[in-house]
Amino acid sequence: MDITSLTAVELGKKIKAREISVADAVKASLDQIERVEKAVHSFVTVDREGALRRGEEVQKQIDDGSLTGPLAGVPAGIKDNLCTKGMPTTCSSKILENFRPTFTAEAVRNLERAGAVVIGKTNMDEFAMGSTTETSYFGVTRNPWNLAHVPGGSSGGSCAAVATEECPFALGSDTGGSIRQPSAFCGVTGIKPTYGTVSRYGLIAYGSSLDQVGPIAKDVTDCAAILEVIASYDSKDSTSIDRKRPGYDFTSALINDVEGMRIGIPKDYFGEGLNCEVKEKILAAVRVLEERGAVAEEFDLSLVPYAIPAYYVIASAEASSNLSRFDGVKYGYRAEDYEGLHNMYKKTRSEGFGAEVKRRIMLGSFVLSSGYYDAYYLKALRTKAMIKQAFDQAFVRYDVIVAPASPTTALKLGHSLSDPVKMYLGDIYTVAMNLAGLPGISIPVGTDSKGLPVGMQIIGNCFEEKKIIRAAYTFEQTRAYERPELAKYPDKLREGLPKGLADERSKKDGQADDQAAGRADGRQIRSREGGGE
Amino acid sequence: MANKISDETIEYVGILAKLELSGEEKENAKADMEKMLDYIDILNELDTDGAEPMSHVFPVHNVFREDAVSGVDGSADTLVNAPLKKDNSFKVPKTIG
Amino acid sequence: MAKQYETVIGLEVHVELATKTKIFCSCSTEFGGAPNTHTCPVCTGMPGALPVLNKKVVEYAMAIGLATNCEITRVCKFDRKNYFYPDNPQNYQISQLYLPIARNGFVEIETGSTKKKVRIHEMHMEEDAGKLIHDEWDDTSLVDYNRSGVPLVEIVSEPDMRSADEVIAYLEKLRTIIQYLGASDCKLQEGSMRADVNLSVREAGTEPFGTRTEMKNLNSFKAIARAIEGERERQIELLEAGKSVIQETRRWDDNKESSYAMRSKEDAQDYRYFPEPDLVPIVISDQWIDQIRARQPELRTEKLERYKKEFDIPQYDAEIITSSKHMADIFEAAAAICGKPKKVSNWLMVETLRLLKDHGMEPEDLRFSPENLAKLVSLTESGAINSSVAKEVFEKIFAEDVDPEAYVEEHGLKMVNDEGALEEVLKKVIADNPRAVEDYRGGKEKALGALVGQTMKLMKGKANPGLVNQKLKEML
Repeated sequence: MDITSLTAVELGKKIKAREISVADAVKASLDQIERVEKAVHSFVTVDREGALRRGEEVQKQIDDGSLTGPLAGVPAGIKDNLCTKGMPTTCSSKILENFRPTFTAEAVRNLERAGAVVIGKTNMDEFAMGSTTETSYFGVTRNPWNLAHVPGGSSGGSCAAVATEECPFALGSDTGGSIRQPSAFCGVTGIKPTYGTVSRYGLIAYGSSLDQVGPIAKDVTDCAAILEVIASYDSKDSTSIDRKRPGYDFTSALINDVEGMRIGIPKDYFGEGLNCEVKEKILAAVRVLEERGAVAEEFDLSLVPYAIPAYYVIASAEASSNLSRFDGVKYGYRAEDYEGLHNMYKKTRSEGFGAEVKRRIMLGSFVLSSGYYDAYYLKALRTKAMIKQAFDQAFVRYDVIVAPASPTTALKLGHSLSDPVKMYLGDIYTVAMNLAGLPGISIPVGTDSKGLPVGMQIIGNCFEEKKIIRAAYTFEQTRAYERPELAKYPDKLREGLPKGLADERSKKDGQADDQAAGRADGRQIRSREGGGE
Repeated sequence: MANKISDETIEYVGILAKLELSGEEKENAKADMEKMLDYIDILNELDTDGAEPMSHVFPVHNVFREDAVSGVDGSADTLVNAPLKKDNSFKVPKTIG
Repeated sequence: MAKQYETVIGLEVHVELATKTKIFCSCSTEFGGAPNTHTCPVCTGMPGALPVLNKKVVEYAMAIGLATNCEITRVCKFDRKNYFYPDNPQNYQISQLYLPIARNGFVEIETGSTKKKVRIHEMHMEEDAGKLIHDEWDDTSLVDYNRSGVPLVEIVSEPDMRSADEVIAYLEKLRTIIQYLGASDCKLQEGSMRADVNLSVREAGTEPFGTRTEMKNLNSFKAIARAIEGERERQIELLEAGKSVIQETRRWDDNKESSYAMRSKEDAQDYRYFPEPDLVPIVISDQWIDQIRARQPELRTEKLERYKKEFDIPQYDAEIITSSKHMADIFEAAAAICGKPKKVSNWLMVETLRLLKDHGMEPEDLRFSPENLAKLVSLTESGAINSSVAKEVFEKIFAEDVDPEAYVEEHGLKMVNDEGALEEVLKKVIADNPRAVEDYRGGKEKALGALVGQTMKLMKGKANPGLVNQKLKEML
């Protein structure tokens, strides 16, 4: 049986029915990692032994009837900005290279309580700053559909791991589109829930007022089931919102019916700047929903051009403060040679952070500095209020809003980092939802002429995940899940990396491998161990 | 409209953010910051006078903890990741005063 | 004639609140303990940790705000104050800038015979920093986060004070109010109350304020008074020499009795405050304010009046006893146990004050329990021990909080009321001191004293002096 081709819920069912053992499920993931990781590099850390050990425990609990949930025994990848006790948690940054948290993030704890088996930590843009996963200190992740392209970001590792079937599902985080955009680029499904739905406790903060943890999987059913597990009111997170029991019952919205659902199509999201193939695919998907009884209509969302500047001011400002704790005193990297305290701070941070992180910390420090606070930060907070209002108005008329997840499909590696503004423009369809706290789902709606996936974003009003789940589920029923070649025929990779790629892997990437190999703890990346097929 | 970032400003931001930039990095940072600020200045087109600055999206308030101790000795966990430590404390370069 | 200068002083007073746990986590606020034992991911700035506000902190802050005549801010918020320093684990301090919990208050102070109001500009809640210890061995500093996250309120006055005396009167007033509220023990030496002094001078009679400096690290009233005097003189000298005062933060060195500037080019003093995104606003209703008001304990003036009325304690004594909440607590508890408030008051007013003075201690440092003081009063009242023994026992209570009953028993200090034994001793004294006996019989009343003294000496001080007197007279 091809275990890795199953969705998380399908696998969970078979484990429950004793058709597949947890050990086999875990080994299948680890083997797939063994096969494709060298080419794709979805993971920063793979915890081979820990996962096998945990698998045994979970099997016992399934056998004695104490674990009955849909994710019991199902392997999971965790974005490397979610704390996992005792397991390296790096945010893909040199500054946290050897950091092992002393507690586990609430979202991950919820998964573990439900019996999911964490197999490793997925690669990301450093501190979630980026939309390509190229800013990772440990080297880029490649798009499973075409290794010359980026997987998107910042949850690129999580999305690539799901697309390559290294794990049936993964957790990501979304501050400005970091779940939805890479899900679109990798042809998988991801949800950014309403702000406050999943606890941020243990999520290493980027923009605290924008960050949300969410699921990434192969289909809507999985995402709803995972979200149901990870979402919770958490008294350790003051911004966590108690949605009461029915508010978390996301799987109840897996209904194949959109009769009468009102869909808003913001004109500004489909105009200039949007790739025509992407536009075509999404509008075709909307027509499918219309055929199923939904009513779609174009409208003026307004304020669209202001979302990105407001977002970058707020996110950078919060980041500049959130990341000030990385200073070489309590954990992580400390520079080797320094003279005095301030020089230690400066050297540690300059050597420990990558270029994009420094760029945002500097921008954030500047916009908050004396004399600029009102002009930039307060202005951005006022803009945010107006954007929220614009959505409030839109949701009076529409149940959901449909948008692209990104203006293009996945770009080639090395194409977007040089010009920050150009790079930030790629987030045009996703950042507004973070500013307004709205939930959004990205689902695959086909591929472009280059064979790269196109994602459609469905956005709901706050606390209305069920509507977007229902719309996405209904669309999904009309279309089979497409797997990248790499997932289908991983053994092809044994013949060597696709031409040219072997040399293209950056030097930095190689260093990361060395460093990983230097860890003397058995949690090394690509550690080898015999496992049954 | 075009923002100009001086050497002094970049130097100052470096002090605030505790980042040390090489000559070339400084030039890049200036150029990047100018570009980003020019772009952010689009916000000036928007009349936001009537809008209250919104830091939290939801009107949630009064989230409290009761004043009950639940701590055990946390020192082992606190210090486990320390780059340098001594006498159960973090060791840092000498501070003034 | 030399110019006359006026000193203008405003204070920033930090007070550690008496909560059991820290402001944003459940770690204990207890003093002492090995470094970093009272810590958790929240108060050490671990990645991923988040703050949750201790409700008691808000309630103490409200109580202090109300007792200092402040307006309570109905929607207040926390902000982040960003600066790098190792005692501050996140490199930002969670504080309040834009919407502090209380504003526009005042307290009345009295210096000599003048009364005046010192206005309070605002009061806000914030977290304390950790402790840095200089390690002489290898010239580094060691960081202990046990104090990190201990709740503070900072009370910022208007520049309404003009002398060290006024400053000290203001601090004493604040201290009494806060101690009575039970919101803090306000110990300067231990740092649970700290004052930063903002000081400027201006020519007498002129309107505009001069440039001010901020003085930190003042650990006692004495240090505050000296620092004010020193800084006033320093600024006047500068002005007289035609130089100008630089706005800066200065650190007082109590050993050298001088201050120095804490300037550093790495110290931009640009705190980039912005609303703390990890905490939600605090909305304070009328109802909540009423509740806090209703719960407000008896404050000093009320207590003072009650002591006079209820216990018939003189004004002066009541003032002394109520000047310290701790002493007042001891008084009330001891009086309740033994039922002799005036006797308890006497012990506090005479022996306690004397011993405090001898040891250079503050009333807050009193360590004995009201139970033991009450027992001592009962022992004296019942005639079980005489007053000189009682004084001796009290010194033991003061120093070690001994149980006086056990102590008296153990050391055989009980008064001897056995008439037979006394008569034996008296016979001996009369026989041994014929001159004194003659004198007394000859009408010299004074001579009796010498005989009593002799008797007491022979009985090792344990005789009942009344009984000795009576018996002696009978026998002579």
